[in-house]
Amino acid sequence: MSWLGVEEWQAVLLSLKVAFWATLLSLPLAIAVAYALARGRFWGHGLLNGFVHLPLVLPPVVTGYLLLVFFGSQGLGGRVLEAVGLPLAFRWTGAVLAAAIMAFPLVVRAIRLSIEAVDARLEDAAATLGASPLRVFATVTLPMALPGVLAGAVLGFAKAMGEFGATITFVSNIPGETQTLPSAVYSFLQVPGGESAAARLVIIAVVIAMGALLLSEWLARRMARKVAGA
Amino acid sequence: MSLKVDVTKSLGRLELAARFEAPLGITVLFGPSGSGKTTLINMIAGLTPPDAGHIGLGGRVLYDSKSGVSLPTHKRGAGYVFQDARLFPHLTVEANLNYGRKLAPTPVPEPEFDRIVKLLGIGGLMARRPARLSGGEAQRVALGRALLSGPKMLLADEPLAALDGARKAELLPYFERLRDAQDIPILYVTHSVSELGRLADHVLSFEAGQARGLRRPQDVLADPGLVPGGVRGVGAVISAQLVAHHEDGLSELSAGGVPLFLPKVAQPVGARLRVRIAASDVILSRRKPEGLSALNILKARVTGLREGAGPGALVALETPAGKLQARITRRSARALGLAAGLEAYAIVKTVSIAQEDVGG
Repeated sequence: MSWLGVEEWQAVLLSLKVAFWATLLSLPLAIAVAYALARGRFWGHGLLNGFVHLPLVLPPVVTGYLLLVFFGSQGLGGRVLEAVGLPLAFRWTGAVLAAAIMAFPLVVRAIRLSIEAVDARLEDAAATLGASPLRVFATVTLPMALPGVLAGAVLGFAKAMGEFGATITFVSNIPGETQTLPSAVYSFLQVPGGESAAARLVIIAVVIAMGALLLSEWLARRMARKVAGA
Repeated sequence: MSLKVDVTKSLGRLELAARFEAPLGITVLFGPSGSGKTTLINMIAGLTPPDAGHIGLGGRVLYDSKSGVSLPTHKRGAGYVFQDARLFPHLTVEANLNYGRKLAPTPVPEPEFDRIVKLLGIGGLMARRPARLSGGEAQRVALGRALLSGPKMLLADEPLAALDGARKAELLPYFERLRDAQDIPILYVTHSVSELGRLADHVLSFEAGQARGLRRPQDVLADPGLVPGGVRGVGAVISAQLVAHHEDGLSELSAGGVPLFLPKVAQPVGARLRVRIAASDVILSRRKPEGLSALNILKARVTGLREGAGPGALVALETPAGKLQARITRRSARALGLAAGLEAYAIVKTVSIAQEDVGG
């Protein structure tokens, strides 16, 4: 891709990598939390719901600052992770964490809605046939909620691609390490003559976002058909 | 092996209390909608917690409030046939059938699988998805799925209620065969008098949330306080053997040596049938009637006479074919001078024996 400079190319690849890992790593937890919120009756249900949605309503820079406090090289979480060989501060891994946390509420929301749409009476039927709660979840609830899980994952991926505020606050804007696509656009716009590079990145961002949405729509429809058995 | 139940549960305004012991065969849970029948079998299945009490199956305790035992649904071994088939829409018929089979402690072996599939006539549906099944087909698959999970008891919650008449007629014989097999306790919820007449070995009737002890189906059907429609709905069940199919479209039964004619039934000659005869379809005569179009005339002895608040009276009869009920007017009862111990003739119009009330 000769029309893309090294730095721009790096930013695109880094964003894809960050978004991929952020989505992949947060998905199991998002499914578990969504299931707990959809079906669970426990103390602290409202609290958990509020906590999960916090990144959606907090200013991203605040989330980034909190990440810096807890997962920076002086933070408790940061020191623990550094000790096990996974430093986050000013690394692309930190960008993954920031993106995952910012995308988390959207992913949980989509999956929760799709789990709530699964007929709980089918889960009862599975239990009468001898299936333990875990098996009911794995063989009935999850397969039937799969279109929503997929939609949530794609939404999370798109959100992670575009995350800016928390990322730049937490891991800064280091080309080749933490300079994601939005950070790169921001940087190019700060220097004279950077508009054309920024424009190229903007086009790529639009193409990726649209592509992801169309793909998820297509997959979700295919799966919904399969789940409905039509 | 029997199912012992003694539970209570408060359901808003209704105080549900049930105490009974269901033996092998079909125990029909009978009562109007909203009387707590479904809640009761959900408590037995472990889908709804009782307030207090005890549930035991054979020697196994499923629930006991005193010792704090409450087995989760998946460990109770209850096959459940729901009113809405509740097949898993994302699985084929075959995968639905195998769902519980694979989870059973001792999986149903292949020949038994084939036998049940054949019995239910669902062999040709294996590759289909539930969305492509008719209501009757879906319910047969649901029954097969429950049976193949190797249940220690079978719970059926109005399994025919969502089906039309033809589909009902198609599915009832399968439950009759289950009744005749008598290998596990079966609880069958219905508010249909004809299903009760055809299927019940025993009846647990619900009155204002109270259900205590089992009764005989014929006693329940003869009780105006229990059957829908009161005195208009009472009747009797007669068991009979199919003797012949006649060319004029009639089938001949023999009940206690008395011939009974009814419109042609599907069962083969020699089959044992149950025929429900509504009290309002029985006419009484003191003398043996002659020159009458009705074919079924049974010599009877009056065993009881109950006068209602309205113009009607209910006459209990003993015939060689079994007990019968006749609903006549009080005026007729007086005109005939009916009283317990008297001889009379019960006339049952052939055509009045509805097809859906005939069962094997």
